Amino acid sequence: MLNRRFLIAAVLTVAVAVPVSAQEKSIVVASTTSTQDSGLFGHILPLFKQKTGIDVKVIAQGTGQALETARRGDADVVFVHAKAQEEKFITDGFGVKRYPVMYNDFVLIGPKDDPAGVKGEKEVTAAFKRIKDKGASFVSRGDKSGTHTAELNLWKAAGIDIAKDKGPWYKEIGQGMGAALNTAASMNGYVLADRGTWLSFKNRGDLEILAEGDRRLFNQYGIILVNPAKHSHVKADLGQAFIDWVVAPEGQQAIADYKINGQQLFFPNATAGAS
Amino acid sequence: MPDGSSTLPLVLAVDSGLLDIVRLSLIVSLAATALAALIGFPLGAFLALVQFPGRTGVIVVLNAFMGLPPVVVGLVAYLLLSRSGPLGFLNLLFSPPAMIVAQSILVLPILASLTRQTIEDLWSEYRNELTALRVRPMLRVTTLLWDARFSLVTILLAGFGRAAAEVGTVMIVGGNIEGFTRTMTTAIALETSKGDLPLAIGLGLVLITIVIAINAMAWGVRRIGEIRAG
Repeated sequence: MLNRRFLIAAVLTVAVAVPVSAQEKSIVVASTTSTQDSGLFGHILPLFKQKTGIDVKVIAQGTGQALETARRGDADVVFVHAKAQEEKFITDGFGVKRYPVMYNDFVLIGPKDDPAGVKGEKEVTAAFKRIKDKGASFVSRGDKSGTHTAELNLWKAAGIDIAKDKGPWYKEIGQGMGAALNTAASMNGYVLADRGTWLSFKNRGDLEILAEGDRRLFNQYGIILVNPAKHSHVKADLGQAFIDWVVAPEGQQAIADYKINGQQLFFPNATAGAS
Repeated sequence: MPDGSSTLPLVLAVDSGLLDIVRLSLIVSLAATALAALIGFPLGAFLALVQFPGRTGVIVVLNAFMGLPPVVVGLVAYLLLSRSGPLGFLNLLFSPPAMIVAQSILVLPILASLTRQTIEDLWSEYRNELTALRVRPMLRVTTLLWDARFSLVTILLAGFGRAAAEVGTVMIVGGNIEGFTRTMTTAIALETSKGDLPLAIGLGLVLITIVIAINAMAWGVRRIGEIRAG
């Protein structure tokens, strides 16, 4: 008898708590650690909310995990940066359409004393090769994120089969961009990072940018509405409203306006046309 | 390395955001502990007082589950609550209620196991009396729980401490959404990943201070109760 009363109370507790979250006008956006950790969302989302009244709830994950979250139907929109994975997401039927939003670039970060001697190297693949040849510590995200994908592509372009050639110098940590930078800072290792996270990162230790500017380091972000045909509960109207705002002049300007210490982090390029 | 002098202003600068985070942390962990207590106290007392086949097995499993890895509980809760999971229709994922449910799963074995131990010890004291009076089993459960109430406060605190300190389940099930599901521990993890170690340490100090304050209050309540009860 007493047990039953306890159970009823327990069920009521949960039932009362639920509607609070269900009422508001909000969408879930699965995005990357780079957009979150760099502070971009903190800058643009209040502007969007002010205009439309829509709350955007951001889940910051690596690109791979963000797409997986969306595949399971747990997000309304994905905002990520690994074109091949994004296109597969759409051809698999989980996404409606991919809109390019903005770009920044990756930079090769390393210790100031630069044991592999890659400072100022224009060809990033040559820099990667030297790091491998010297066996200098390199921290890899190892989490299927957009940055991890870009890093793997660079090893490949450098003619290195990293799955086979990696040694103790190559450290796969399976964590986000910030964690990878923290690790590199503590062991004075090399790491590939997106410029946005690097600019806003505070625990730099002896690290600095050693190589940048190679066209291979281009980093494009895209935004995709999760397909309501796959997951009928997707808030297609609100999600599309967010996408429309991000790629419209207003959202693009908000992205361009985001600066840290006077440096622009992301460069809007939605006009490049949808794919 | 963070130095103490810069930490406090940094934490205070988070101001209203910080208050929301503290409030949510307390609501989630207290509600999870309460929910777990509603099931764990009677379950623990039942296990202490009633013999049934497989009882030893249940006790061993509950004891082992006191050390459940939060990240595993979070993952299981995520798979259950995900839209593609069996409970997806509830639309609970990435919300505070989901965090409460997941944390209560984490806390339940602690409350049930410690309650069972406490009640069993008490039972050996009361056995003759209650048996002589032919008290029904259900009434025995409530009598003993009531008489153990001061010890149960400590057990509650153990459960609350576990809930307030963990980051694995709330990160996975809550998603660390700013202003909605961000707790003290996920905020600390986030600031660490942003390389803002002074702020992370500052938030950690705030969390520890709150936990100490709650324990001090609970201790005070217990003392007052014991004095009143004689």
